[in-house]
Amino acid sequence: MKSIHALTVAEHRDFEGARLGMWLFLITELILFTGMFLLYAMYRLKYAAAFHKASLELDVVIGTMNTLVLLTSSLTVALSIEALKRNSRKLSLWLLGATIFLALVFLVNKYFEWGAKIHHGIYPGSQELMQRNLGEVIYFNLYYAMTGLHGLHVLVGMGVLTWIFVLIARKSRKKYVVHNPHVEQLVGSEIAIVKGDKEGWRVDKIDDNVEQVEITITYEPKSGEVDLPNIIKLENAGLYWHLVDIIWIFLFPLFYLIS
Amino acid sequence: MSHHSSNEVHPIGYGIFIFVWLGLVVLTGLTVVISGIHIPKLAVLVALLVAATKSSLVVNYFMHIKYEARIFKIILFMGIVTVTVFIGLTFFDVLYR
Repeated sequence: MKSIHALTVAEHRDFEGARLGMWLFLITELILFTGMFLLYAMYRLKYAAAFHKASLELDVVIGTMNTLVLLTSSLTVALSIEALKRNSRKLSLWLLGATIFLALVFLVNKYFEWGAKIHHGIYPGSQELMQRNLGEVIYFNLYYAMTGLHGLHVLVGMGVLTWIFVLIARKSRKKYVVHNPHVEQLVGSEIAIVKGDKEGWRVDKIDDNVEQVEITITYEPKSGEVDLPNIIKLENAGLYWHLVDIIWIFLFPLFYLIS
Repeated sequence: MSHHSSNEVHPIGYGIFIFVWLGLVVLTGLTVVISGIHIPKLAVLVALLVAATKSSLVVNYFMHIKYEARIFKIILFMGIVTVTVFIGLTFFDVLYR
């Protein structure tokens, strides 16, 4: 009598759960930044005139440029996800590369902006700054703290996007290892590997001497094929990146455009 | 097998993203222009309103909330409510101290 034992190889996949987890994390980020925005709001209420005066020292052109850079990077990452979903791996990689490049442009801009301020002696605790009135000191301290924390998020986002770029670019090789603990059920049967309807190889017979059965399957996708788990990774990184964008959407008018 | 639907991949369309991006660029221009006009007191409100509109575009389209299951909307809503309570209570405290 011939009995067939089917061993199922299944990966645990829960894309919705993964996105839900990401959203929960984003809510904690929202709360973190809300604390800082509240601090800003309270001091702006108290030192409205000083905040206005200090804000004139920031470069609106660089600020606007950086806003456009981040908005565009949000677009490219959204398009990159869309391309990957449509199995266009190459297009997705180009768009993801563009996103990483724009993140770098943002940080370089920020570097020059901070650099110019620091060059003029305006940084937390500097002699130049401490001679000014308290409102301006608080404005610049908040400016460095908030754009600094945001910049750190840009840096982390850039790192994560680069990691996923490598994952998508790399041809992923998967290895499944199947252990069957119930060898006694298999005793008397033969292990055969069958490919399609015709090809088949008799490999071995399982008798009482067999203690363990282990089957390893190495799976190599065709080049150009999109690995499904990479889509959710990119989607979650994209969600994080959009959050970074949203925070800047609020930082920009609050620091650069006080009228 | 059981939760197959949640693991499906749904493309939305490139066009909508480009359209949303155009809207975001226009709104950015709007904030910069408005900040040049002198409207005392209302200026902050207008700036925040534009920023909120931009954010809702990003959240709904770029972040797919519009196309997500209800639980996502509930979580986001709870988050926003929590933050609003923080902000409300702090303002109440500081303004009527």
